[in-house]
Amino acid sequence: MAEAATVTRRKRRHRFRMSLGDQIFETCNYLALILLMVVTLYPFLNTLAVSFNDAQDSIRGGIYLWPRKWTLENYRFVFEEASILNATLISVLRTVIGTVLTVFFSAMVAYTISRPEYVLRKFVTIAFILTLYVNGGLIPNYLLIRELNLIGTFWVYILPGLIGAFNLIIIRSFIENLPDNILEASKIDGAGDYRTFFHIVLPLCTPVLATVSLFTGVWQWNSWFDVFLYNSSYEHLSTLQYELQKILSFSQASIQRVDFNAAAAQGGIGQVTPYAIRATMTIVASVPIIMVYPFLQKYFVQGMMIGGVKE
Amino acid sequence: MEHPLMLKPTSAATVDTKTGGLKRFFRLLWKQRALVLMSVPFVLWLFLFRYVPLWGWIISFQDYQLGKGLWDQEWVGFKQFEALFNEPRFWRALRNTIVMSFINLVLGFTTAITLALLLNELRQIVFKRVVQTISYLPHFISWVVAAGIIQVTLAPDGIVNELLLRLGLIKDELLFLGIGEWFWGIYGVSIVWKDVGWNAIIYLAAIAMIDPSLYEAAEMDGANRFRKMWHVTLPGIRPVIVVLLILNIGYLLESGFEPQFLLGNGMNMRYSENIDIFVLKYGIQLFNFSLAVAAGMFRTVVSVILLVIANSIARRLNETRLY
Repeated sequence: MAEAATVTRRKRRHRFRMSLGDQIFETCNYLALILLMVVTLYPFLNTLAVSFNDAQDSIRGGIYLWPRKWTLENYRFVFEEASILNATLISVLRTVIGTVLTVFFSAMVAYTISRPEYVLRKFVTIAFILTLYVNGGLIPNYLLIRELNLIGTFWVYILPGLIGAFNLIIIRSFIENLPDNILEASKIDGAGDYRTFFHIVLPLCTPVLATVSLFTGVWQWNSWFDVFLYNSSYEHLSTLQYELQKILSFSQASIQRVDFNAAAAQGGIGQVTPYAIRATMTIVASVPIIMVYPFLQKYFVQGMMIGGVKE
Repeated sequence: MEHPLMLKPTSAATVDTKTGGLKRFFRLLWKQRALVLMSVPFVLWLFLFRYVPLWGWIISFQDYQLGKGLWDQEWVGFKQFEALFNEPRFWRALRNTIVMSFINLVLGFTTAITLALLLNELRQIVFKRVVQTISYLPHFISWVVAAGIIQVTLAPDGIVNELLLRLGLIKDELLFLGIGEWFWGIYGVSIVWKDVGWNAIIYLAAIAMIDPSLYEAAEMDGANRFRKMWHVTLPGIRPVIVVLLILNIGYLLESGFEPQFLLGNGMNMRYSENIDIFVLKYGIQLFNFSLAVAAGMFRTVVSVILLVIANSIARRLNETRLY
């Protein structure tokens, strides 16, 4: 498939002379795609510039792509705020623990439903796949979490979303596409299911597990609704995204966050503004992802392909 | 598990012979205890977190009060559904849900296919990579971050107002998110901004699978770039488009929650409030659990019907099966 693409490319490259229509198209195409890049990137670069600009100076407006009065005050302020430091820690914890557990357990279940001889294979598969169609919905889920006393705990971020049917399907198709004889050979060597899974399947599945880790990690890092729903009155379990959401909804209602201004006054640091804090928090909340995703492109494109060609 | 090759016929036999099948089944289960241990605990987890909440639907036939057990509640029959269907706000939420789903569907598809076609025409591979990488970026950031960015961009002192003012297209700054009628448009632009690059991946992959000899044949017939796009590329990715379109029809009542909730405010509520937000407001904020569950249940039931219909249409059209 990739080879075929390069062949067409090579073929096309031979036609050096372009007609006028082609030239116009080519130009418009480049312009359109450059416009797309500008529209995509500008808001981020603008936010970045504001986050590095003096907060009082930003009020005057006119910050576009570059800070006018450079400062690290906004970042210093954000990271000196105990609640935000704690929220960062919780965000990191839920991302790491959630991803590791989800990937490991998903791989385990996917392995069992990839074994043709497994008696419960159909039952387990259908039980998971049905959840793609029906779910109890917001309120019943909320009441269940309440009944289970998970409100006000860290585990409310991990347990409810532990294994997704979609991840299972992706990993299962990957295992099923592994060369049969590898698994058979391990069985004939007398390896049980545990050994086959840990020593053969897990290492061979690295690419698909990378894909699932990426999806899960991004989802965990970006989650805020479960914090809002279950833990909004448990300050010590707040996450970065939820802290940002609070700032957004406060400034949307044009209520200034009192504690920010109070803290700024008492700390003797240059006055920060909700606007500057908001920009800084936005950068803090998205930088880890922006740093990671370009290097994992290969994996998520692969994942989309397996996911798209299910069964 | 010592003789895996011997097990296959045995497991087939359990299905065939009913007599003594149960005994055999448990023997097999014991033999495969490793696999059982590796999967059954998660099935229990699944039942607790995915199937037990379905029981919660009976709340919609009750007048649910917090603090009382599920079975001690007062039963009210279909009263909640009557109240729901007599509630203009519910119909408005339903309208908003469907309209925004359609916007999502139409805009999402056309922009992603267009982007894939444009990217496919690029000969500069490095440029193509750069465009793609940048276009994925908004997909990976959270809706909280995206909504914050959109609010700043559309603010009275934001870049959009500034550009329009400088171009002389408007005289005063516009409060974009404060004008209800504009919410659907803003929603449409926002979701395209966030996901167009991501959604194009699958079409680009499909385009890459098209047989190159088709292009050569078209070229020999004197087809220009647009004719090739129209007669080779688009028909080539038709199956993918059809499957994704049908699948999305199944999700017509799930227009998402985050963009509407995060960009919504009191001024645009009449256009931004969809069923998910309706459920949240009535259930969690007003403690009217029963009405909220009725609304959520209505949505899920219609969604499942749509999904099943969509799935059977897909099968009838003989395209790839969804799930």
